[in-house]
Amino acid sequence: MIYTIITRLLGIIIVFLFFFPLWYIVIASFSRPYYVINGDVILWFKEFTLGAYQQAFQAKGIWRGYGNSVFITVFGTVTNMIFTTTLAFALSRKELPFRKFFNFFTVFTMLFTAGMIPLYRTLMNYNLIDTYWGNIIAFGINTFNVIILRSFFEQIPNDYFEAARIDGAGTFRTFFKIVLPLSKASLATVTLFYAVSRWNGYFWSSIILKSESKQPLQVLLKKLLVEQTDLMDLAQPVTSASLYAPTTIAYAIIVISILPMILIFPYIQKYFKTGVNLGGVKG
Amino acid sequence: MHFCEVQKRLKKRGVLLSNSVIDRIKKTDWQLIILLLPGLIWLVMFAYIPMAGLKMAFYNYNAFAGFDGSVFVGLKNFQQLFQGQDFLRAFKNTLQIGVLQLIICFPFSIFLAILVTEMRSKFLPKITQTVTFLPYFVSTVVACGIVISFLSPSTGIINLLLNKLGHESIYFMVDPKYFKGIYVTMMLWKTAGFNAVVYIAALMGIDPSLYEAADVEGATRMQKIRKITLPCIAPTISVMLILELGRIMKVGYESILLLYQPSTYSTADVIGTYTYRLGIVQNNFGLSTAAGLFESVIALIMVIAANRISKKLSESSIW
Repeated sequence: MIYTIITRLLGIIIVFLFFFPLWYIVIASFSRPYYVINGDVILWFKEFTLGAYQQAFQAKGIWRGYGNSVFITVFGTVTNMIFTTTLAFALSRKELPFRKFFNFFTVFTMLFTAGMIPLYRTLMNYNLIDTYWGNIIAFGINTFNVIILRSFFEQIPNDYFEAARIDGAGTFRTFFKIVLPLSKASLATVTLFYAVSRWNGYFWSSIILKSESKQPLQVLLKKLLVEQTDLMDLAQPVTSASLYAPTTIAYAIIVISILPMILIFPYIQKYFKTGVNLGGVKG
Repeated sequence: MHFCEVQKRLKKRGVLLSNSVIDRIKKTDWQLIILLLPGLIWLVMFAYIPMAGLKMAFYNYNAFAGFDGSVFVGLKNFQQLFQGQDFLRAFKNTLQIGVLQLIICFPFSIFLAILVTEMRSKFLPKITQTVTFLPYFVSTVVACGIVISFLSPSTGIINLLLNKLGHESIYFMVDPKYFKGIYVTMMLWKTAGFNAVVYIAALMGIDPSLYEAADVEGATRMQKIRKITLPCIAPTISVMLILELGRIMKVGYESILLLYQPSTYSTADVIGTYTYRLGIVQNNFGLSTAAGLFESVIALIMVIAANRISKKLSESSIW
């Protein structure tokens, strides 16, 4: 009995500690800066105001950044899925010539990478710097995801393939009409992995996409939230009457940028659980 | 079928190749090979060809002149790295942060997973899982932005609370001694729930009759955890550990890049951030590639070693 109480208590403490940062940001973004800075805002709003959000939406380049992110995420994820799914399927078939070699060839890239500078130099040589396409194609495959899908494809019972073969279906048809529909859960999981990675990625975007007009949301956020340039432009000096300040504007920006993730989060949870089980980490 | 008919006729006329070669070509599943190609070509172009650039580590590389215009210097770059202070410091920090992250974050995920399954309630496990899972999807930039805002000396919630308790504000982000703790805490917040999901999936797969048998023998909850739960998920733990060790050298340089300052380089600078400054900022491609190559080789050795050890101890491994 006491054991159950302790586990539940620990659970509640963990929930509180993990959730509080996000909760605080929300309430602080909707409160008057005077109270936030005074430390009066801890568990609830104080003097609800939308001032911070009004300013946040005026941040220079925020809509452009959003648009770039959407573009890169959509086309990037589609590209990723095309490359990853086809490769994973090919690797999963026993009929593939030199199968062991190709598998090793693929897995090796997970263990050893050329590194930041050699990759950068290669992209320079391919003339991909400062192009959307460069950002999209350069990260076309995450080998780990290939392995997840390959494991799943390998587990599809052979009966399906036998039946398809008897019906005279070629490999293409088998792949598109049988394998893919059967793999919806794993495909959804990997798609989400890629989409999240694309949306959240900033490092290579900031290196490859040099023009400000091409930079995705995260790079803009880096300027606003981390370097805090441009943030001061949006603010006014803090008096008891002011409706916004750099701090609360920063929090409002954070809320706005997390929103897409929060909205699709329920779907992520649903698919991740099945995906992890099926693709999964096995002994 | 039509194609075969035509073939037979052409063969009869001695126009085409012999049967065995044709048979082998026909047996090959060309459609499968076409499916293989996009990924394969990508791997060659973006994973293997860049490896040729590793040569830069042995040159005094001039980006404008290319290899033809650059001087071959052999191991001099490595010599320079190991004789200088900065690289060794970065290496030390990489290991320290990596190990700290490993001993704190890794067991915590397992603990969290077991806690969730031991709660015996309908509501709390779901909330716990959701709330801990969520921070993973907060982007690197935003998470670092949160850390920076919270630790701000004048407006950050942490210092505001400290002030209320009578303490003076602490300048967390510029004082080297706090960096490792800050970074590992942030990583714990971000990754604990996500990693726990993998373990929870494994825990769900444990045969309930094992527990029932233990109940018959009068085992306590702790005994059941030690003797049944942990051994059953040991293979999962091994694989996760190997993956984690492979990533240890990479130690989230993307986050550190956003969080560190020159004043905290002494504890915060890691190989990844050092490589970035040398290569992208200072354009010293040769030296930077040498640092990166060193890092990649060590990471490879660690994964191979971890895999071997895991094979011997628990018969589970990645390959």
